[in-house]
Amino acid sequence: MTVINIDHVSRWFGNVVAVNDITMSIGPGVTGLLGPNGAGKSTLINMMGGFLAPSTGTVTLDDRPIWRNEGIYKEIGIVPEREAMYDFLTGKEFVVANAELHGLGDKAAGRALATVEMEYAQDRKISTYSKGMRQRVKMASALVHDPSVLLLDEPFNGMDPRQRMHLMDLLRRMGADGRTVLFSSHILEEVEQLASHIEVIVAGRHAASGDFRRIRRLMTDRPHRYLVRSDDDRALAAALIADPSTAGIEVDRAEGALLIQAVDFGRFTQLLPKVAKEHGIRLLTVSPSDESLESVFSYLVAA
Amino acid sequence: MYDPTVARLTYRALLGRRRALILFSLPVLLIVIASLVRGFTGVDDQVAADVLGGFALATMVPLIGVIAGTGAIGPEIDDGSVVYLLSKPIKRPTIIVTKLIVAIAVTMAFSAIPTFVAGLILNGNGQQVAIAYTIAALVASVAYAALFLLLGTVSKHAVVFGLVYALVWETLFGSLVAGARTLSVQQWSLAVAERVARGDLVSSDVGLPVAVVLLTGVTVLATWYAGQKLRSLTLAGEE
Repeated sequence: MTVINIDHVSRWFGNVVAVNDITMSIGPGVTGLLGPNGAGKSTLINMMGGFLAPSTGTVTLDDRPIWRNEGIYKEIGIVPEREAMYDFLTGKEFVVANAELHGLGDKAAGRALATVEMEYAQDRKISTYSKGMRQRVKMASALVHDPSVLLLDEPFNGMDPRQRMHLMDLLRRMGADGRTVLFSSHILEEVEQLASHIEVIVAGRHAASGDFRRIRRLMTDRPHRYLVRSDDDRALAAALIADPSTAGIEVDRAEGALLIQAVDFGRFTQLLPKVAKEHGIRLLTVSPSDESLESVFSYLVAA
Repeated sequence: MYDPTVARLTYRALLGRRRALILFSLPVLLIVIASLVRGFTGVDDQVAADVLGGFALATMVPLIGVIAGTGAIGPEIDDGSVVYLLSKPIKRPTIIVTKLIVAIAVTMAFSAIPTFVAGLILNGNGQQVAIAYTIAALVASVAYAALFLLLGTVSKHAVVFGLVYALVWETLFGSLVAGARTLSVQQWSLAVAERVARGDLVSSDVGLPVAVVLLTGVTVLATWYAGQKLRSLTLAGEE
């Protein structure tokens, strides 16, 4: 069993704290590292991959340090986010070179190319590949030595739906085989579809951890804010506040609108039109005022 | 300390990109100059030594060294593809030594061979001038490749710094300030060449023992330090 242990790890660049005192362990199965862009996901993955030293704390693989320990790569496969690879090689030459660097030969390379179903284009130059094809060849290069840990930084970026599904299947199989698979993403649905376990990072902090149901609940149960305009704001406010799904209402006179904070998302969305109809009030505007992913995440950090 | 796969990737990267055009064009330029000089002035040992010393050793060898030395690792670090070498169970110093060997081989091939050919054209190796400058080019190739490989490992602007060193330090300061000449790969390699050429066609400001010590020291230190830098190379990512 291979476990990555991240113990009280912080990393700063000059005055900027990219990762702030994170402790987590990543075990076998598929784990999704979820967070908005700039949250510190890449910094964390780079530390897990041995390409960045933690400023404080330790990152280990089954108690062996990862930083400055080349031997660790016998067990780790890395799929970087950056596009650059040896574009002047063919896909096959590239994967064979990666196999050779592990002390393996053509056979291992062939097997890896078959796993990602890239044999049909293996003799073309990488410079002619589409984004999805590049991603698959990168996968093959990370899989040549049959690693027990696979780290992928934003692997689905720029992939079309079919390629995305194909890669998801592949990663699911890897996780089911008992490998430790960790991938990062800023898209909740992506993580939800694939990961059995989710770690949420926001602004360098570890915001939440658990299976997708728990994370989903955390995200939908939070207070939702709405901006509502009607032809009788005060009557509407009085009627809404009587219901327990509403936590607070503010009359914003400058805006000429109500700012409503709802605690029970499902119930409130049903309540609002009903109440309006009963009291003969016309709703002019109903808009959620904080539905951006960033606000969802920042709620999680505060929680 | 040598990995054939790293070497193969480095050769292909060096000889397959636009850089290769400069690698090929500088030697061609030297041969053309040598042919023209021979055509206009005939065989003249002093002129031969001037052309080989002034253009081949002072300008062409360091330029080829900059291209081969920084090109052996700089672009990979810049675009991030070096991650495919680093994420392997290979000692980082092995990667550096392998790349150094490739950079030396390329610098030698593209500087020493054309220097020798140009020498033959200029005066048919009279007074051993062609041999002397060829040896100087070979010796200088080692030190330049090591220096510029280190530069490519530590700096994003390796080519610019390399050019400044090669052209401003070696060429300009070297000819104006006496002290700068002691710290010049060109002078060290000339000290070696001095022993080979007959007469006083080749001369150096540095004694042979000092030159050998400095050449070896610079090469070993630069290589060691590049290996250390690569061990703690951080890939900060896009964020």
